[in-house]
Amino acid sequence: MSTDRFTGGAPVPDPWESLHTAALLGTDRRPLPAPDPAAPYARDVDRTDQATALLELAALETVRRRAGALPVPAAGPPADPAPEDGRPELPAPAARRLSLLLSSRGTGAGVLANLGELLPQWLATARARGLRPPAATVPALLDAARARSELRPDAVALAGPLGRWLADRNPDWRFVLRTTAGSPPGPEAAAGGDHLWHEGLFAERVTHLTLLRRRDPAAGLALLRSTWPTERAEDRLLFLDALQEGLSPADEPFLEAALGDRSKNVRATAAELLSTLPGSALAARMAERARAAVHLSEHGTHLLVTPPTACDAAMQRDGIPPKSPTGRGERAWWFGEVIAAAPLAVWPAHTGLAPDRLLTLRVGDSIDETSSTWADDLREAWARAAVRQQDADWARALLGPPPSPAPGRTARSARTTGAPAKLLAVLPPAERAAWTAAFIEAHGLGEAFQLLGACATPWTPPLSTAVVGALDRAAASGAYPWSHSGVLGMTERALSPGAAEAVEALAAGAAPATAWGETFARLAGTLRFREAMLAELAGPADAA
Amino acid sequence: MEERWSTEHVLSLAPDAASKKAAGKLSAPAPWSAAGTDGDAVWGECRGSGSTPYRTVVELATPAYQCSCPSRKFPCKHALGLLLLWSSAPDAVPAAAEPADWAADWLAARRDRAEQRVTRAEAPADPAAARRRAEKRSARVAAGAAELRLRLADRVRHGLADQSTAGPWEEVAARMVDAQAPGLATRVRELDSAPQHGLLEEYAMVHLLATAATRVDELPAPLAATVRARIGYTTDTAELLAGPTVRDRWLVLGSRTSSMEGGADDRLTTRRVWLRGAKTGRPALLLAFGRPGQAPDLALPTGRPVEAELAFHPGARPLRAVLGTRYGAPEAAPDGPPSGLTVAEAVAGYGTAVADDPWLDAWPTVLTDVVPVLSPEGWHLTDGRHTLPVHRAATPEAALWRLAAVSTGRPLTVFGEYGHRGFAPVTAWGPDGRPIGLTTA
Repeated sequence: MSTDRFTGGAPVPDPWESLHTAALLGTDRRPLPAPDPAAPYARDVDRTDQATALLELAALETVRRRAGALPVPAAGPPADPAPEDGRPELPAPAARRLSLLLSSRGTGAGVLANLGELLPQWLATARARGLRPPAATVPALLDAARARSELRPDAVALAGPLGRWLADRNPDWRFVLRTTAGSPPGPEAAAGGDHLWHEGLFAERVTHLTLLRRRDPAAGLALLRSTWPTERAEDRLLFLDALQEGLSPADEPFLEAALGDRSKNVRATAAELLSTLPGSALAARMAERARAAVHLSEHGTHLLVTPPTACDAAMQRDGIPPKSPTGRGERAWWFGEVIAAAPLAVWPAHTGLAPDRLLTLRVGDSIDETSSTWADDLREAWARAAVRQQDADWARALLGPPPSPAPGRTARSARTTGAPAKLLAVLPPAERAAWTAAFIEAHGLGEAFQLLGACATPWTPPLSTAVVGALDRAAASGAYPWSHSGVLGMTERALSPGAAEAVEALAAGAAPATAWGETFARLAGTLRFREAMLAELAGPADAA
Repeated sequence: MEERWSTEHVLSLAPDAASKKAAGKLSAPAPWSAAGTDGDAVWGECRGSGSTPYRTVVELATPAYQCSCPSRKFPCKHALGLLLLWSSAPDAVPAAAEPADWAADWLAARRDRAEQRVTRAEAPADPAAARRRAEKRSARVAAGAAELRLRLADRVRHGLADQSTAGPWEEVAARMVDAQAPGLATRVRELDSAPQHGLLEEYAMVHLLATAATRVDELPAPLAATVRARIGYTTDTAELLAGPTVRDRWLVLGSRTSSMEGGADDRLTTRRVWLRGAKTGRPALLLAFGRPGQAPDLALPTGRPVEAELAFHPGARPLRAVLGTRYGAPEAAPDGPPSGLTVAEAVAGYGTAVADDPWLDAWPTVLTDVVPVLSPEGWHLTDGRHTLPVHRAATPEAALWRLAAVSTGRPLTVFGEYGHRGFAPVTAWGPDGRPIGLTTA
């Protein structure tokens, strides 16, 4: 460390500099400087041996400078402090738990699941309660979110204004400025918004646009329009994605225009967005094509399919690629794209039948009523439409009633088309959980992984009971726990803490020192830990 | 009266990262039963994989640990997990009038042993033999120091910029070890890694110490004691405690744990604990060491006063001390931060200390109403009138961000060491007056 900043107004010539030069070159080559008249103590130094004298003078000078250092005036007023955070602080036990969860990263084995796996749930719960973490834990929180991007939305929301203030100062935490987690920016942020939109990093611009859309969709669209022609194609694509937030008929003219974009991906995204607007012109055009492709037979017993024979320019403009990316037959591909993009409301209007009735009809070729070539294509495209349009009635109809345990364990029904987990995600949480619970009771855990993943955590008590029961049956059947490791991992994170007693009973009932015994004991331990963790978060917020 | 420890403090007792992790998992109520505390000790039974639960007791004052588990780590994960549970879930570790029988047995046995130790320390030594050993050592140290002076002067004669004639200092350091001057050896070894612009200062201060070592008998007693301590003479703890002690309510200003290479490939852990007397206002520094896999045996909770007797090592600027009799467990933390200095007062305070002990690198300092600021030149602390640079080499990056987060850019009280290399923060008091350890994470 340079010492001159401590000496304030040092006299010139600096006696230290001449000593330093002599020491670097050697007293054989450079004689000692003459005694400094301002330093009377230096006159007493014996100068017979030049080198020893230099060391002694340097020691005097060093101590003099250290002991006599003057304070350095402050450069100016410090920068703005972090904005106040009005949220109540976490209850003290919950704050301690956060420190623990943050300090135990990495994988763990033994009596509990890896604690890091419980962090996401802790964060989501604390965020939902609108609590503020102690300031001292915010850097560790941001470090954790830096390493695990799936934590970012919750971690950034929790870190609040202090997190953004710190991220302004530490490049490691720049992701905070790009994470759409916080509440929509207030009017005061709008002033900086224009600057961010024109000068910001790409990700900051996406964040800004997304947040603006959440608060004021029209303003977001206007902002995007203002620079649209000058944006690069890959940027246009992601900006367009941001319009999902608060999408409404007001966006239609812009999206219609984007159907003529130079970039194929931009065109496809615009078409997909338009197809989720039931009243849009694109939806009407798709409905028209869909009606042409599917008819109710004369006696109302069949749906007759006439797939498109060509992918004309109008279809291509509406986002239907002429070639299937997976190499499906052309007509089947065009047909599927049309049905998936058509508003689902077209079907009851066109046939007078409700979704559940439509799904029971045989599907045939318009030429040969008995051919069922198109049944799977139609069902699969409807499922895509139900997911895209978030249509619970259709999702419910496509999923069918919750499965019931069939006597003698029959094979699963043929309803496999259309990704049940995605359809499930369209339903309200309670219904999702009930359907999955029924599925697990009927079919066990073997194929339940994705369905469970679609359910909200923590799982409802009935769903938790179903899973615990299925685990019990799996243990009794002689299966190995690791053949269920995926579901078990999810169970550690998602099982209702209320199931702890049931799991403890299983652990007590299992033969000691067996794989299932250890699995249940570990699961019970994790549940108790989560129970304590969630109870702390539910406790009274305090400032202690 | 009883105040439970912070998570940071409990975790600072862990011997290694694996223990921290394991303890975290044992910090839920699930595996524990029959847990309790009487304010002086915490005990509980932890269900493990075996048929009998482990019995864990922690005596809070020292702290000391006992567990029936076979772990060789110390304290073990059960002791740490129990402390975490005690600190975070008061209901799970309820207050009890009396310890459980098995806990009471160990606590009583421990008290007996402590009393025996005190009596053993009073065993007489052989004063004549001790004097002969001391004279022999003085002669060796003086010879070693004289040789070191010659070596330093030689280098200055040839020029510090000329590396061609200079071998590494390591060899000279080994000679200082032979001369029974380990303190000189350490300083000499550091010359190899000193940056060139600071090299002359380092040479000069080693020269000054070697010179003082050759004529330590002519120096005033306090300065002679300082020189002896810096050369590497150690003082027997029992002897110190037998001498005058200072009883006070010592506020724990902060602590820092660091690992460094010890002899024979051991990674020795050192913990520094800084105190300040409420009545005397005196600062004190306690040092504790831990073998590999062990936390140092001394840990005091930051921000809380401890009524105790301290014995100071002699010197021109007494700072290092040993802990004698303690009167009760650490008390509840006071409401606000401790009193402190302005930046200008801190600079002057270090200057005064250096005038007493010229080899002093830093002095424990509480700064009041300072803001941590990150400027293009680096981190600073400023009170609006004056500014201090942060001593980066002694301060982990994470500590600075914790400090910045706690301050939120507003003035706060910070404890640390201040010296000519800058300020090394250790503890900050947040807006609510609670202390935050900056170097424990």
